[in-house]
Amino acid sequence: MSTPKTLFDKVWDAHVVRQIEDGPDVLFIDRHFIHEVTSPVAFLGLEGRQAPVLFSERTFATADHNTPTINQHLPVADPQSASQLNALERNAHKYNISHWGLGHQKNGIVHVVGPENGITLPGMTIVCGDSHTSTHGAFGAIAFGIGTSEVEMVLATQCIMQPKPKKMRITVNGKPGKGVLSKDIILYVIAQISASGATGYFVEYAGEVFEDMSMEGRMTVCNMSIEMGARGGMIAPDATTLSYLKGRDLSPKGTQWDKLVPYWQTLKTDEGATFDVDLTFDAADIEPQITYGTNPGLGTGVTQHIPMADAIKDGAASYKKSLQYMGFAENESMLGKPVDFVFLGSCTNGRIEDFRAFASIVKGRQKASHVTAWLVPGSHIVEKQIQDEGILDILTQAGFELRQPGCSACLAMNEDKIPAGKYAVSTSNRNFEGRQGPGARTLLASPLVAAAAAVTGEVSDPRQFL
Amino acid sequence: MAYDKFTILRSSAVPMPNENVDTDQIIPARFLKATERKGFGDNLFRDWRYNNDNTPKADFVLNNHTYSSEGAPRKILVGGKNFGSGSSREHAAWAIYDYGFRCVVSSFFADIFRNNAINVGILPVQVSPEFLEKIFAAIEADPATELEVNLPEQTITLLATGDSERFAINSYKKNNLTNGYDDIDYLLSMKNEIETFAETRPF
Ligand code: SF4
Repeated sequence: MSTPKTLFDKVWDAHVVRQIEDGPDVLFIDRHFIHEVTSPVAFLGLEGRQAPVLFSERTFATADHNTPTINQHLPVADPQSASQLNALERNAHKYNISHWGLGHQKNGIVHVVGPENGITLPGMTIVCGDSHTSTHGAFGAIAFGIGTSEVEMVLATQCIMQPKPKKMRITVNGKPGKGVLSKDIILYVIAQISASGATGYFVEYAGEVFEDMSMEGRMTVCNMSIEMGARGGMIAPDATTLSYLKGRDLSPKGTQWDKLVPYWQTLKTDEGATFDVDLTFDAADIEPQITYGTNPGLGTGVTQHIPMADAIKDGAASYKKSLQYMGFAENESMLGKPVDFVFLGSCTNGRIEDFRAFASIVKGRQKASHVTAWLVPGSHIVEKQIQDEGILDILTQAGFELRQPGCSACLAMNEDKIPAGKYAVSTSNRNFEGRQGPGARTLLASPLVAAAAAVTGEVSDPRQFL
Repeated sequence: MAYDKFTILRSSAVPMPNENVDTDQIIPARFLKATERKGFGDNLFRDWRYNNDNTPKADFVLNNHTYSSEGAPRKILVGGKNFGSGSSREHAAWAIYDYGFRCVVSSFFADIFRNNAINVGILPVQVSPEFLEKIFAAIEADPATELEVNLPEQTITLLATGDSERFAINSYKKNNLTNGYDDIDYLLSMKNEIETFAETRPF
């Protein structure tokens, strides 16, 4: 009998073109996503070498990081943003790469449009010059972010060079309680193991909680893998995965699909396969979460108090600096903290399920008058779903507006910046100093916690509204 | 992007004994909106090097004539412990290369920076803390003192005294640097193998 293998090993080993002695593995890349910010210099490098794109049909371009989220029909005002968008369009055209630019009906955040169009499939290797490429791991793919030289490398050779990372399994058993979403599960795990707890590892998520989760929820979980330092995270494909993918625009069809199904069914960790680290948590311990500090590991249950410095592993000095930036103090209650901004969106929580969750609370209520809310769908397809399902009407009646798709306030590279000193409850993935604008203070949370904050104007427990 | 071959480098050095020099200091985030890899050297250590009105800060080492031999730019940067920590931006390595450095010496490098450096043609040489002290002392005694970095032999030597230490590098990366290849050159040389492999992919 052959040695038992993990899901990760099965997918990795199937992509090794060559093993270099005393060096990295040469790994074949099935799908490559590019966007306007990290690709221009890679294309210049390619030009300098006079190398073609080896397999242009394996790369997909979308504009998202640096795009406006209102008036997308008008020319982009910021000249540097406009020049990055033009470069992407020009390069895509020149090298025959499919390009979903601003205004294209399939445009949206790269990690939203890949899966929703069936470009992402189980068993693939997927890379993109953006660290949240880990999102695609939800489908049982090995997916991770790369640097600009590597973008050039994939364009020219469809391969990258990587030493094989170590493996970690995170199991969460049981059933999540009322109001606990996938975002709460992953924020809880990160708070338990810290923002660097999985550095050097590739994570597999296992257990009942992830088995019961929708694909949208699994994407939220895998997306945040990078926030505990992991290279990426993945979940074994199952019936949920296949029914999500079947019939999507670019998913394999007919006999091609039928041939792949038996292969996909082999993509799971064998009984007896081992991990370098194996962690287990219980869903019953998890309540809706919120962060209070300046890294995603500094989070707690929404009804809890901010921990004392001596309870934190990171070191008291950086912890105190973090609280100072946030304008918080040890032992304060999170409930009742005033909120100025609410951001629903990003590749973490900008999908239809997130808007459904948000709407479930704001329905029949009103936005707090002092709160500015930016609701930004992850793609035009999500935007259309919001309209078709009647969610837009609910949002409008509650005093909200919907913006146009893009990364928006997740990284605040466009105009959507939280002003200095203001508090934003945000469904995105990073609460670093200045991430959402210079001086901005970010509280990461789920769409339900964001909705509760939007109607009350302060940090609130969403369960009272469910 | 291709770079110059690296075999034996002999040069005087620029000393920067600060610990934890992070990539935000090497190249501040506001310089990441560019669409070309050009001019990053001008912004290397921008906020340490220039005042807000763009006049040079006299006390910063890159602006100190003692360490800038006219006509023979120094190619070795000697940094304190944990050089290159922080974000993964490759722009930090671009800026160092573009400025003219080919080698950075320190007693410890942040992981991603070390990789990015090699990828753009900069040799990161990790020495013992004791040897690092010797280098700083030698430069202080004679700012023009020369170092020799010998990649084939994997040694770094203070030429004035003959003091020498060996450094580590994996044989794949060493081969790339000595031949002026980068990973892309290596991969392009196995293009047929990659194309054959691609045929076997089910999607
Ligand atoms: S939404 Fe944020 S994390 Fe996601 S791709 Fe855009 S910038 Fe990156």
